[in-house]
Amino acid sequence: MSTAEWAEAAVADHAADGERVIGSEHRGREQQVLDRIDKARRRKARVREERITLAHGAGGKATHTLIEAVFLEAFRNPLLERMEDQAVFTVDGVNGAGGNGAGARLAFTTDSYVVSPLFFPGGDIGELAVNGTVNDLAMSGARPLHLSAGFILEEGLPVADLQRIVASMAAAATAAGVDIVTGDTKVVERGKADGCFINTAGIGVLERDVTLGADRVRPGDVVLVSGPIGDHGVTIMLARGELDISSDITSDTAPLAGLVDTLLSATDGVRCLRDATRGGVATILNEVAVASDVAVVVDEAAVPMRTEVRGASEILGIDPLYVACEGRMIAIVDGAQAEAALAALRSHPLGAGAAIIGEVKADPPTLVLLRTEFGGTRIVDMLIGDPLPRIC
Amino acid sequence: MRFVDEFRDAAKARALAAQIAALCEPGRQYKFMEVCGGHTHTIYKHGLEDYLPETVTLVHGPGCPVCVMPMGRVDDAIHIAEQPDVILTTFGDMMRVPGGRGSFLDSNAAGTDIRMVYSPLDSLKIARQNPDKRVVFMAIGFETTAPSTAMTVLRAAAEKIENFSIFCNHVTIIPAIKAILNSPDLRLDGFIGPGHVSTVIGCRPYDFIAREYGKPLVCAGFEPLDILQSVYQLMIQLSEGRSEVENQYSRVVPWDGNPRALKVIGEVMELRPYFEWRGLGFISHSALKVRDAYAAFDAEKIFDLPGVRVADPKACQCGEVLKGVLKPWECKVFGTACTPETPIGTCMVSSEGACAAYYNFGRFSRDRVREATSIEITPAPVAGR
Amino acid sequence: MCLGIPGEVVEILVDRTDLAMVDVSGVKRAINIGLLDKDEVGPGDWILIHVGFALSKIDEEEAKAALEFLEGIGEAYEEEMQALLDSRIE
Repeated sequence: MSTAEWAEAAVADHAADGERVIGSEHRGREQQVLDRIDKARRRKARVREERITLAHGAGGKATHTLIEAVFLEAFRNPLLERMEDQAVFTVDGVNGAGGNGAGARLAFTTDSYVVSPLFFPGGDIGELAVNGTVNDLAMSGARPLHLSAGFILEEGLPVADLQRIVASMAAAATAAGVDIVTGDTKVVERGKADGCFINTAGIGVLERDVTLGADRVRPGDVVLVSGPIGDHGVTIMLARGELDISSDITSDTAPLAGLVDTLLSATDGVRCLRDATRGGVATILNEVAVASDVAVVVDEAAVPMRTEVRGASEILGIDPLYVACEGRMIAIVDGAQAEAALAALRSHPLGAGAAIIGEVKADPPTLVLLRTEFGGTRIVDMLIGDPLPRIC
Repeated sequence: MRFVDEFRDAAKARALAAQIAALCEPGRQYKFMEVCGGHTHTIYKHGLEDYLPETVTLVHGPGCPVCVMPMGRVDDAIHIAEQPDVILTTFGDMMRVPGGRGSFLDSNAAGTDIRMVYSPLDSLKIARQNPDKRVVFMAIGFETTAPSTAMTVLRAAAEKIENFSIFCNHVTIIPAIKAILNSPDLRLDGFIGPGHVSTVIGCRPYDFIAREYGKPLVCAGFEPLDILQSVYQLMIQLSEGRSEVENQYSRVVPWDGNPRALKVIGEVMELRPYFEWRGLGFISHSALKVRDAYAAFDAEKIFDLPGVRVADPKACQCGEVLKGVLKPWECKVFGTACTPETPIGTCMVSSEGACAAYYNFGRFSRDRVREATSIEITPAPVAGR
Repeated sequence: MCLGIPGEVVEILVDRTDLAMVDVSGVKRAINIGLLDKDEVGPGDWILIHVGFALSKIDEEEAKAALEFLEGIGEAYEEEMQALLDSRIE
């Protein structure tokens, strides 16, 4: 009979860390255990696997661990440490928006698109590639300006497909008010790229005097979502064709810069904006709870969702809070400005389905809690594993 | 959603909770075991324990077929997947279950082709579409799922699909419940009985629990109100000194089960003399294997399996958690070495496992959360009622 | 693994009578109804779906009875609470 070496090593590893239950006799045993767990969760990130697995690309815990333990470790610098969807920095000596020689505040981001299938109801990889990067810029309050587009094409990809994708990108860019100003093309042998992979990088300018971030959230703030969740992820899942499920849902991919602009014009109480892609709404709220050391409490009944998304999720046993969107954002706003923010979102076509879904409290910090429709409570942790690979 | 939403009504839940509280005898503790992994999941997902009085505890049993899968069987499956031209298919829950050498996800990273399917029929479809590959379906689940696997094998036989086989790991629920009842560490007042397993086997197989062991059992549905109503029915039985089998889930569970489903299982499969259950040890006549008549579809006959037994790490206390003796947080490695991201034992891996459910859904200080979410909890039992 | 959800039968497929197109909240999938008595299943019926198969037909009478029981408990509770509140008013 053999033993599982990896398991013995994991147990020894934690014991070696000298984790002991510290606590006065007055704290119940269960509370002591919970404290110990809390400590374990705050440990420095480390990648345990020997090889990259699909979980590392899911946008959940494994992705975050990989980023912290590998990329952040190697590249560490103050801009990267903020770990927002984009980097915001000032370039001195360049004519800024103010025109008085003050530095221009720029936003810079990149994203790669590996979605399968390439074409799906409501869009295609090209449209995603433009909107996704435009949105990452918009989440900082920046006005998106220019994109780059790098293509990795698989030998054998029909040129007609490429033309279709590129036409989508052109249309999406026009709709978003940006242009694609530089790019690159590589071709790899059959079997090495699954049709087409696209990377887009984007530059935007912050003309408003705002600083948004996941670390700027405070107790008393309110959480809003700009529309029904889960459309994109479910669309892709069904479009894969393996599940033999048919429905009318389409991807919600959309450029959000206009919606952001409307919101920021209506209120100065916005703390943080995030577009809900891989990992879904739950992942963003967890990132915020950790970055700002607060509790985020969500009202399950208030979260907007199409009935078909609900139906598909029930059949497959997945939680819609973790399903990707591509045209929805979470806005966390000063409580006093909640109604103004909601009205602003709803006044814009892309925010018609906006809703207030929760609030921020001081305690218990770093946790996201859900008030269930039923009236009980549960924790919504960050995504583990990968229910839906290659969503975006 | 019809037949779902009506059974999630919070107002009715409060009413049921008050009735349950009213039935509590002062000074008495009540312990009910829910056997089904699906029930564990519902209880935590909806925060049901907030509705029960403190003297009523729900204990989680071994009704999670993923949780009781021994690591050696996972290794056997990976061995199959490593053979040339094999596509292994299984339900999503199995992808991250760690065997002695890692999980299916890890194995794919090293080059195997292991895919998630929603239904065994999807696996058959993959076999049809890939005639040059050998497609194996790793069948897991209790009697709920066995008929579907059996039907798929019959379909494969009818269509003469030669590149399809199953790696059968179906287990049966009654021996597991017997193992719990015979366990000396556990004192239970009753059972929240399996729901969907009962649509296949019916409610009669549970008679012995009420008759010989004197414990009431109520077959329960999976919505929050189903579970609360079942607890209520158990409390009524106890207060009236009865121990009987009742069917709360009567809208779905026929008292006599599904004869067609039972027949189809019997046609394709038969009981193994014994099978290893992780955490519970070897249990006789507790699992199914493919009959000789369908040997062409039996992966255990087609592939040469190592069949190595892998011991649980010494620190793993899954067995006690599965039997309901320990609460998840009482396990020494809970939340530190063993987390949903890095599971050591199976109670943590499956979303229906007691430890995963507690970690994901219940791991918090009730008082602090009550503060944060301003939940109004059931009023405490009023004295004198 | 216990995952079973209710769905409404839309139609029995013509070329494969062991398959039915079933609707769950606007999402449709072909479900194998071979485990049920074919004569008992038709459009408008509700079935319990598990991994692509129908395990059982939902008995609407029993469902109604279950809901009525819950309704009854709910009402009794409301009445008691009301009585409690009323009795507090001096």
